[in-house]
Amino acid sequence: METVSDLAVRDRPPALAALKDCGSVGIGLVPLGLAFGAFLTHSGLAWWWATVFTTFIYAGSFEFLLIGLAAAAAPLASIGLSAFLVNVRHVFYALSFPLHRVRGRRARAYSTFALTDEAYALSTTDAAREWNGARILWLQLFLHLFWVGGATLGGLLGSLIPSGVVGLDFAMTALFVVLALDAVRDRKGDLPTPILAALSAVVARVVFPGQLLLAAFLLFVGGLVVRSVVAERSLSNA
Amino acid sequence: MPDPAYLLAAVAVSAAVTWGLRALPFAVLAPLRASRTVRYLSTRMPAGVMVILLVYCLRDVSWTSSSAVAPTVALAATIGLHLWRRNAVLSIVGGTTVHVLLASLLFPA
Repeated sequence: METVSDLAVRDRPPALAALKDCGSVGIGLVPLGLAFGAFLTHSGLAWWWATVFTTFIYAGSFEFLLIGLAAAAAPLASIGLSAFLVNVRHVFYALSFPLHRVRGRRARAYSTFALTDEAYALSTTDAAREWNGARILWLQLFLHLFWVGGATLGGLLGSLIPSGVVGLDFAMTALFVVLALDAVRDRKGDLPTPILAALSAVVARVVFPGQLLLAAFLLFVGGLVVRSVVAERSLSNA
Repeated sequence: MPDPAYLLAAVAVSAAVTWGLRALPFAVLAPLRASRTVRYLSTRMPAGVMVILLVYCLRDVSWTSSSAVAPTVALAATIGLHLWRRNAVLSIVGGTTVHVLLASLLFPA
């Protein structure tokens, strides 16, 4: 059963509609990409690595971490482990991302590859329920292009920034401040979750400074599992 | 600059792990969806993960030295801007600008 508005959406070229859907999120990727590219060249990598990183990895927060890891020549195993820890949250996106609307093997391959936080957030809104597969794909492609474009430009301009200008890497910290505040706000009354996470991170920082991320995630997930069991028990006892 | 072969391998490993984490769960979706614990975790993980990553970013700050002034003020600026305007771009650009200015001009390392 199709309504008139369904048809109107279908008649508009999906690429054009998707460009509009990107909105401020897509535009926001550009300054972040600029900071990423500039930070990358300041860490001693050639500018075009910004293009390579953003094109083939496409996981913004991890790419910032990777610059530091690569500059310190970290072993590939710890790079793989860090990628796993930082991106393991994406596992849960499969629970609600509308991949079933995307047709074709290659399209699906790209759609899962480009399933970033932003793509997930935009394509699971109420407004996105009417989007067909093409529109979702275009949206992902445009977000990808904004990110690659910003980073490449940042890499090129970054070499022009005098070496006395330092501290651009704070863009990553600011990004996590924003993501954390938004995520905590989404959870409304659920303060125990961020507190548990902060405690896990601080304990990990003090006890396992060399493996902060791994230790903090394990402590946090362990704590959440205990909480869910306790919540379940008190529910069944009630 | 690190060896290009090493960097390419680092990119390949990162891309493979990231894509795997995004694509494979669709194949094992059904049992995941049924698990109550997974649903409990999936609603609470994002907020916690972001907090942990934030602490990770700040791990090298020595809070008792004067070099902590720039990150502390920039952190306050980012949080303040975001609570005030709720505009991610503004908060990130504003906080980073404050940090670059303080770290480059007032408190060079």
